[in-house]
Amino acid sequence: MRAFTQHQGVVAPMDRSNVDTDMIIPKQFLKSIKRTGFGPNLFDELRYMDEGKPDQDCSQRPINPDFVLNQDRYKNASVLLARANFGCGSSREHAPWALDDFGFRVIIAPSFADIFYNNCFKNGLLPIVLPEEVVDQLFRETEENEGYQLSVDLEAKTVTTPSGESFSFEVDDFRRHCLLNGLDDIGVTLEDADLIKDYEEKRKQTAPWLFNAGH
Amino acid sequence: MAGKTLYDKLWDDHLVKQRDDGSALIYIDRQLLHEVTSPQAFEGLRLAGRKPWRLDANIATPDHNVPTTDRDKGIEGIVDPVSRTQVETLDKNCDEFGILEFKIKDQRQGIVHVIGPEQGATLPGMSIVCGDSHTSTHGAFGCLAHGIGTSEVEHVLATQCLVQKKMKNMLVKVNGKLAPGVTGKDVVLAIIGKIGTAGGTGYAIEFGGEAIRGLSMEARMSICNMSIEAGARVGMVAVDDTTIDYVKGRPFAPKGETWDKAVDYWRTLHSDDDAEFDKVVELDGSAINPQVSWGTSPEMVTGVEGSVPDPEQEADPIKREGIVRALKYMGLKPNQKITDIQLDRVFIGSCTNSRIEDLREAAAVVKGRKVSPSLKQAMVVPGSGLVKAQAEQEGLDKIFIEAGLEWRDPGCSMCLAMNADKLGQGEHCASTSNRNFEGRQGFGGRTHLVSPAMAAAAAVTGHFVDVRELMN
Repeated sequence: MRAFTQHQGVVAPMDRSNVDTDMIIPKQFLKSIKRTGFGPNLFDELRYMDEGKPDQDCSQRPINPDFVLNQDRYKNASVLLARANFGCGSSREHAPWALDDFGFRVIIAPSFADIFYNNCFKNGLLPIVLPEEVVDQLFRETEENEGYQLSVDLEAKTVTTPSGESFSFEVDDFRRHCLLNGLDDIGVTLEDADLIKDYEEKRKQTAPWLFNAGH
Repeated sequence: MAGKTLYDKLWDDHLVKQRDDGSALIYIDRQLLHEVTSPQAFEGLRLAGRKPWRLDANIATPDHNVPTTDRDKGIEGIVDPVSRTQVETLDKNCDEFGILEFKIKDQRQGIVHVIGPEQGATLPGMSIVCGDSHTSTHGAFGCLAHGIGTSEVEHVLATQCLVQKKMKNMLVKVNGKLAPGVTGKDVVLAIIGKIGTAGGTGYAIEFGGEAIRGLSMEARMSICNMSIEAGARVGMVAVDDTTIDYVKGRPFAPKGETWDKAVDYWRTLHSDDDAEFDKVVELDGSAINPQVSWGTSPEMVTGVEGSVPDPEQEADPIKREGIVRALKYMGLKPNQKITDIQLDRVFIGSCTNSRIEDLREAAAVVKGRKVSPSLKQAMVVPGSGLVKAQAEQEGLDKIFIEAGLEWRDPGCSMCLAMNADKLGQGEHCASTSNRNFEGRQGFGGRTHLVSPAMAAAAAVTGHFVDVRELMN
């Protein structure tokens, strides 16, 4: 996995709450058997005026000029500023894949849905929870200042504005450790293979019905 | 020391290792696989040269992409080549790695969350995962069950474990008795309406109280299924006689002495009387009316006697903006009566409501009536090949067809419209599925979430109506 230590980038504001993963990447694009190539279809139904199809050349499609990511000032954004309960709904990891493929590295919101939040960390994407009033302030500053950028430091757990104002955020130690070092967490878990085998042996005695049922 | 909640017990029983950093390795007893969220996981295994840790813990079936007509054609019946490739890829992966799969023409094929319980592959006390957020369904059996992303599907295939952090405990207690005509679906929609679509975020929810205890397993599954729509990955119901009776005799269930031993353990799967919850929410079950969603989030729901809200009455500006946006998308007016919403299609199916009891409830309403001529389509999609066979044995298919509903083959179908079953732009659908998000059932489609009985009532009237007015 790609490591994440620090990042500075242009901020794009997504000013609506309860953005669901169907909205982030609609179902027709879930038919792919790959992990890449979802970027052009990120927020497809908001971004384009027509119905998107898999494997289509999106450069010829009619775009929705009102949608935030279609505005020139946000086209190179890599920090997404969002509202409460971002990423709710379906567990599709295609949502973080699409955000990543578009070029986002950081998502800031007052709250995230659990499964989406977890999926981000598996893909080198950092979701940051900041208090509602701080997010409100960042929305204001982003909209008022073209080219507004934020700096994120995962080691220090801070988000810093262009004026030097800094906000701390919380993140679980194990998630932070994996992301800072770009660790393959399957490899980390397999270091405990003996413990897993011991657990299984005990369970075969206490709950034999859990093994080879129906096979 | 306070007693343990059901979730505490399930967590402790699956704890392989508690790490110093607050994370834990949790053992997974059962993984369900389908074609949409598994191909990248299998590819990951292949690239790393890894093998599945334990083959017998996995069961696979294609469900999201499968057509609901011409099942006898098998994979050849999938017209969309991209969908076909995904189903073929699941077949290839399962064959290559040696994983049990109910393929498209197998009568045991169906929606993953229907076939697990149907086969007894979902057993009380198990930890169950699937690359699908509605895995919470299996919590109805007193399981620790939740959806995961594809990276975690690969992690479970390779290690039989997940890295987790323990969630908080929430009890949702539904007191009293439900009125006739009010179902598990209405209960869960009312709960989501009360606590909101993020109300359960960070919690494992246990559903309890007299109303829940009085429900069948299939109704409990509908409730746990939609825990995720309240933000909770995990929803559970304690084990009781209803649970054990449902499991008994199913193909994967234990038999003989092992059965007795299992039942002894299963009977411990309830929260202790002195268990402490981080949050308790109570509802009066007897006050719940049949529910209908009006907006684009499952929390945007009201009783069938109610009206569409007026955004002017909402004080919170973000919520107000949300209501305005939802009404615009849904093509509804403030204060419009729910019963005045005219429908274009009716969909009865999905992992929430496609089991035999759901079909019986719907059939009882449409029996002797006709689908309203104002509708373009009303369809019934059973949750599995075995549900379909059971319904046909009971003659439910004839009741539906006689009334003018289409009787289809099993799959996820119009719940998320990955196959050919979808809404047209601007069409209103009474749907027994779980999500009313923008575009969920088709580009520009407008979803109203309801119970199977309410969907059936809508099918024969062309608009929403309190199903109890049609019941004898």
